[in-house]
Amino acid sequence: MTKQMKTLVAVIIVLAVIIVLADALFIVSETDQVIITQFGEPKGDAVTSPGVHIKIPFIQKTHFFEKRWLEWDGDPNQVPTRDKKYIWIDTYCRWRIINPLVFYQRVRDERGALSRLDDIVDGETRNAIASYDLIELVRTSNRDFEVTEEAVILDVIEPIEEISLGRDKIARIILEKSSAITAEFGVEVKDVQIKRVNYVDDVQRKVFERMIAERQRIASKYRSEGDGRSAEIRGQKERELKRITSAAYRQAQEIMGTADAEATGIYARAYNLDPEFYQFTKTLETYRTTLAKQTWLVLSTDSEFLKYLKSSGR
Amino acid sequence: MPYDFQSFRRPELPKIPIKVVRWVLIGLAAVVFLAGSIYQISPEEIGVIQRFGKFVRTTDPGLHIKIPLGIERLTKVPVERQLKMEFGFRTTRAGIRTAYATPADARVESIMLTGDLNVVVAEWIVQYKIKSAYDYLFKMRDPERTFRAMTEAVVRRVVGDSSVDEILTVGRARLALDARIQLQDLCDDYEIGIDVNQLIFQDVNPPDPVKPSFNEVNESIQERERKINEAWSEYNNEIPRATGEAEQMIRGAEGYLAERVNNARGDAERFMSVYREYAKAPVVTRKRLYLEALNEILTGIDRKIIFDQSQKNILPLLNLGEEVKK
Repeated sequence: MTKQMKTLVAVIIVLAVIIVLADALFIVSETDQVIITQFGEPKGDAVTSPGVHIKIPFIQKTHFFEKRWLEWDGDPNQVPTRDKKYIWIDTYCRWRIINPLVFYQRVRDERGALSRLDDIVDGETRNAIASYDLIELVRTSNRDFEVTEEAVILDVIEPIEEISLGRDKIARIILEKSSAITAEFGVEVKDVQIKRVNYVDDVQRKVFERMIAERQRIASKYRSEGDGRSAEIRGQKERELKRITSAAYRQAQEIMGTADAEATGIYARAYNLDPEFYQFTKTLETYRTTLAKQTWLVLSTDSEFLKYLKSSGR
Repeated sequence: MPYDFQSFRRPELPKIPIKVVRWVLIGLAAVVFLAGSIYQISPEEIGVIQRFGKFVRTTDPGLHIKIPLGIERLTKVPVERQLKMEFGFRTTRAGIRTAYATPADARVESIMLTGDLNVVVAEWIVQYKIKSAYDYLFKMRDPERTFRAMTEAVVRRVVGDSSVDEILTVGRARLALDARIQLQDLCDDYEIGIDVNQLIFQDVNPPDPVKPSFNEVNESIQERERKINEAWSEYNNEIPRATGEAEQMIRGAEGYLAERVNNARGDAERFMSVYREYAKAPVVTRKRLYLEALNEILTGIDRKIIFDQSQKNILPLLNLGEEVKK
């Protein structure tokens, strides 16, 4: 064998070893799990520990599956609730391949699994929704609402109705029912959650109408409250005004009465010294003030004053 | 024309010494080797190293070395960065004047049912950090999408347990807090490796068709306050004035009292003074007073008729009307 031939053989052997090793060794990531099949027949348990692993080259085949939790996001479904309200419901769940071998046998790959999940979870969701009232899907607990001014007006301090299960428990029912089925194809479903609940358009329009009516009730309540309160204040004002004015009138009259009484007393005491003299002086004073320039005064010579016109009196 | 093979000459190749070629190759290999083995982690990141797919270590910020040639693989995870997700709206351009948009898919996120079966439109954000790079990478595929779905579910759960008035007014802060706590619990349950820092409701509104009636309520509250204020202002206007007027009336009466008493005293004093003198000589004083008065009166009157009772034959004729005309 020539030297060149030797080199060629060596190169071929090295290449063959590399090819064989490349097929015999496989890398399993943290996120992977692998099953090995030999001519289509599964061999041994699934490989779940990450690192380098070995298989019989060419004869055995590897099938990689996700080890992590995977997503399933349902399509929004239009479903009637037990109380005949049409809603859109949108759920999601997390799932993972718990038994890759069964998984591989039954659904082959993720796409197959997702379409099975669509059937199962959507179906269970629809069943669950149809057996409960809408309020059960919306509320989680029976907690009392905080009392707002609006709530008092609308008289909805008490929750509309008590719920018996609530959103979380219904989600759990869906989960339990789905899990029972998905286990059959090596899938574990975790935590079905109701993501969105919305009214269908027709119902929504009616709800909006109701909301508008409620708000209008509240608004008219506030308005009449304003009228009522302002009338009350005006009434209070009128009362105050009357009280103040009348109290002042009373006090003024009292004072003036006192004044008149006192004055009367003073006059009486003084004039009582000689009532006749008082009459005399007062009459004279009255003459002075009442007889004006234009008065016709007809005097007889018989009068006291003019008697001297006729004679000196002696 | 046949090609003239004879005249073809190979062009002169530059002669490169085999030594140089070797060094260049070694150099290139060294560069590839080093480039694959030296790596840098930024301050806000952490490096996750997998050797043949198996997680072996995490590395802190700084310069590090790993085994190259695909044996050790690096994934950088921004654990220190505050991440944010928007629900019900999207920031189209962040900046001093941030632009927002509400595409259809964001719109759908924001509509939700309240516990009293009303509808509200809520926009909110979640701020979070990656707490565990290991969990974030290896426990769940596409953790961000899952986290979105989780947040939506949790926010709807807390909103579904509150009345529309709570959500729109007093309950917002409580709802945000409840949602944050429940979301964190769910994250821990899923081992998604996320730490929820904050959940903030940006905007919570009634749906558009209902908005005008909610505004009407606000207006009616304003109206109520205005009416009450007006009434009070009238009250405050008129009561002090009436009080003042009442005070004035009382002071007037008091003035009357003083005046009346003083006048009476004055009059009485005067009368008594006069009387005291009169009493000393009543007859002459009386006469004097009478005459003085008459003096005054008669001088003041222009029209005087004096007639004698004894003149019975003559009838005095008075033309009263003519006199008056003067």
